[in-house]
Amino acid sequence: MSDAPSALHPIPRGPVPEAPPAHSVRRIDVRIDGQTVSVPEGATILHAAREAGIDTPTLCYLESLAPVNVCRVCVVELEGSRALVPACSRKVEPGMIIHTDSERVRLSRRMVLEFLASSVDVSTAPEFQGYLQRYAAHPERFGASAATVAQAPKIDNELYIRDYSKCILCYKCVEACGVEAQNTFAIAVAGRGFSARIATEYEVPLPGSACVYCGNCIAVCPTGALMFKAEYDLRRDGAWDEARQNRTDTVCPYCGVGCNLTIHEQDGKIVHVSSPLDHSVTRGNLCIKGRFGWQFVEIQPAPDGQKSKKK
Amino acid sequence: MDLHLSSAEPTVEEKAAVDAELGPPESGWQGGVRRIEQEGRVAVGGREARSRRHLLLPVLHAVQARAGWISPGALNYVCLRLDVPPAEAHGVASFYGMFALDRRPPVVAHVCDDIGCMLRGAEAVCDELQTKLGPANAACQGGQAVWQRSPCLGLCERAPAVLITGAGENPGERVLAPATADAVQASIGDAVAGRWPAESDVFSPRLSVPQAGGATLRVLRRIGEAGPPALDHYLRLGGYQALRRSLDLGPEGVLREVMESRLVGRGGAAFPVGKKWEAVSLQSDRAGARYVVCNADESEPGTFKDRIVMEGDPFAILEGMTIAALAVGAQQGYIYIRGEYPLATRRLRQAIQSARAAGWLGGNILDRGLSFDIQVRRGAGAYICGEETALFNSIEGYRGEPRNKPPFPTQAGLFGRPTVVNNVETIVNIPEIILGGGAAYAQIGSLNSTGTRLFCLSGHVVRPGVYEAPFGLTLGEMIDLAGGVAGNGRLQAVLLGGAAGAFVSPSELHMLLTFEGARSIGATLGSGVIMLFDDSVDLKQILLRIAAFFRDESCGQCVPCRVGTVRQEEALHRLAHARPLQSFADEVKTLREMGQAMRDASICGLGQTASSAIESALHRWSLFA
Ligand SMILES: Cc1cc2nc3c(=O)[nH]c(=O)nc-3n(C[C@H](O)[C@H](O)[C@H](O)COP(=O)(O)O)c2cc1C
Ligand code: SF4
Ligand code: SF4
Ligand code: SF4
Ligand code: FES
Ligand code: FES
Repeated sequence: MSDAPSALHPIPRGPVPEAPPAHSVRRIDVRIDGQTVSVPEGATILHAAREAGIDTPTLCYLESLAPVNVCRVCVVELEGSRALVPACSRKVEPGMIIHTDSERVRLSRRMVLEFLASSVDVSTAPEFQGYLQRYAAHPERFGASAATVAQAPKIDNELYIRDYSKCILCYKCVEACGVEAQNTFAIAVAGRGFSARIATEYEVPLPGSACVYCGNCIAVCPTGALMFKAEYDLRRDGAWDEARQNRTDTVCPYCGVGCNLTIHEQDGKIVHVSSPLDHSVTRGNLCIKGRFGWQFVEIQPAPDGQKSKKK
Repeated sequence: MDLHLSSAEPTVEEKAAVDAELGPPESGWQGGVRRIEQEGRVAVGGREARSRRHLLLPVLHAVQARAGWISPGALNYVCLRLDVPPAEAHGVASFYGMFALDRRPPVVAHVCDDIGCMLRGAEAVCDELQTKLGPANAACQGGQAVWQRSPCLGLCERAPAVLITGAGENPGERVLAPATADAVQASIGDAVAGRWPAESDVFSPRLSVPQAGGATLRVLRRIGEAGPPALDHYLRLGGYQALRRSLDLGPEGVLREVMESRLVGRGGAAFPVGKKWEAVSLQSDRAGARYVVCNADESEPGTFKDRIVMEGDPFAILEGMTIAALAVGAQQGYIYIRGEYPLATRRLRQAIQSARAAGWLGGNILDRGLSFDIQVRRGAGAYICGEETALFNSIEGYRGEPRNKPPFPTQAGLFGRPTVVNNVETIVNIPEIILGGGAAYAQIGSLNSTGTRLFCLSGHVVRPGVYEAPFGLTLGEMIDLAGGVAGNGRLQAVLLGGAAGAFVSPSELHMLLTFEGARSIGATLGSGVIMLFDDSVDLKQILLRIAAFFRDESCGQCVPCRVGTVRQEEALHRLAHARPLQSFADEVKTLREMGQAMRDASICGLGQTASSAIESALHRWSLFA
């Protein structure tokens, strides 16, 4: 068994095989910031912008989920349209002329970022921080008494925590828990307006809800509002240190589905488990076993070989 | 999907209320008796139950009316019956202002403190209620009642307005307008005792339609009786002649007349009706369902015209919708009416029943092979559900969040099918067009604004009410028609088009009340609101109330509107209290930037117009300096 894969030695991940093109798709030409790009019919403006090498900020968009276009940070100017349009969901049409960096676009993107950062704790959202810099956003401009969603984190189980003071309401976790992946529907958006929030029915704690602890919501959360309890505890103790972490790709040993896992390990402890978003089997999703069931790795045989104890 | 329900059980009453709406449960899987021989080895429910999700809103209404709140046990039972996950059902119920998810007294007095009522003594009523009953939102009358502030109730011509709702064995509704604190207190007492008037409101053409009976009226010409409109009466006045003519014209002929009339929608967006109908009729998939939806959600502050049409002339709406159905090939129609309109709801339902009984709705109408029927759906206290795609979601049993467009309703509307959605006033113009011909209709009004328009006059005006006039009067002429400026007689401002509209100043009274005329001064006719403010009014307070309205009514889906409406209100508060963060000029600049981002980046018209009235005021007056 010496050549059996070990959790600590990565299996090289080959290129994901691409599905053969079903039939030739019509291509559509659009103009973005002066360049003409050609993309397949059905592609979005975001796709076309990427094709043109233009980096578009996104918060609620994820390749593996249907676009909900709610954050509006990706808006672009489309000639002939009164309002700006969301790049992440608007499909290209022949002859579109698009501006991704006009004064109007920059203003709206900056305001969206300022609105969010002035109401939500974005300290564990590095990508978001980058956007704030890129758009020279000043969330403090609304003053110290600006309303926020600050609240105590919900710690109601041993596996993961929900800190909705960090929630930007991107709907990703609801999608992942619902029709896009898990079909469990443990959480939904409740309330309206600024009180809109992610909630179980009557805010019951997770153990009383339909949650099956697949953690697929954690995998898609862009702000760290949903977090492994292990990571949360380390961060609370000031011990979280990504520089000291190793990431190891492996395969879940539990069942025949054979999901790919990426194990995040710090100081000999597994602190986070993810799965590659672009993986053809998992699309980033796992079940409770692959996501959280790794304590056995940390349990070493006791010297007498009879009983085990935690390392 | 496996439903995961808590152990909470419904009460006998809650269960009965749900069963009365849905029929008794058919199997053990839906909370009924488990018949082991038939169901021992099969699962019932699933997809079939889920296809009834559109009944979620009516069932929640039934529970709320019986129990006074949606308890965890009742929600469990609703979820079991419709196979909806409880987190989602809770998400839907918590979207609507009229549903309570915590135990609440059964009788609720909704006291309008919106801008129209502010001008006519709403604060005094609230102050007096506070003395008589205690603070708002706190139980009174031995825990049996509560009063709360409410956005516009669509009764502005009779301001100040109050709506009382009562849950229990004998649920009911009662409108008080104009209201006094004494009358509210007495009516709360009646409601607690289960005593309700025969009709929830007194429909008074004299009070609400000052022109009633006038020879020049077209759309309003049949409004005149106070009592429930009767089908016979409608037929005697020429009702359903337009449908007969439409059947002779056929779908193409009807479409041609509507095109020629150049009618545009009266719901606010001013979209050409002919184009919309044509887009639905041209949808390539001819086999599947299509729908005609009448938008009767009317929640724009200052708007009450649709209510008056529904109360005074409901058959005209049914006839107009039937003609639309003929034109686009729809078999099913829906009227989505705001939850705060008890009398209009009742009169529409009565009208639908008598039209059905007489063969004007249903299969094979007039033996001409046309099949069309209409269902009424009640909203539950959410302005946003007037936005057409939010309205579809609401009917379908989802949260009333607007959808992204495209696809447009004509392509994928209600239940994902091609749908015509039109405002009440738009629809009642249809029979007129068919009878008189589209070309003749286009002669009325101005070049690009054809026909007549209903205007809702309220605030400091001598004779508030709904007025009908051909497009093209000046604003000043319209105000004269309503008797001129009331209050102290010195006009300070006019709000045109509602909270989503714009303020204009007395120097602009010569503007033409046409779509073009409004556009040329950066305003909009919107839903036909013309609200007058005399110069004793503190416009800052009015702007604050408008800002609070949008903050309350944002669906919360998109960032610019969810947070922008909050930041806008905060900035206005600082300005109104002369405590700007840096300088007044800085705050005003921030307000403008927020307005720009909301207009540009919001998903729907709510966020896109949430700053327009405020910005129009900042543009015209230096309120903050
Ligand atoms: C926030 C919001 C609220 C709306 N409320 C209403 C309403 O109460 N009644 C209405 O007819 N249209 C309302 N509309 C406009 C509808 O979306 C839609 O344009 C209209 O029903 C189409 O009918 P029409 O073409 O006959 O005007 C609203 C739009 C928005 C953005
Ligand atoms: S918890 Fe995370 S994933 Fe869910 S809505 Fe909030 S930010 Fe998005
Ligand atoms: S994560 Fe779950 S589904 Fe995937 S291989 Fe492991 S046990 Fe199987
Ligand atoms: S603009 Fe406001 S109401 Fe409209 S979708 Fe966005 S949050 Fe909802
Ligand atoms: S990424 Fe496009 S709207 Fe959020
Ligand atoms: S009913 Fe009070 S403002 Fe309209």
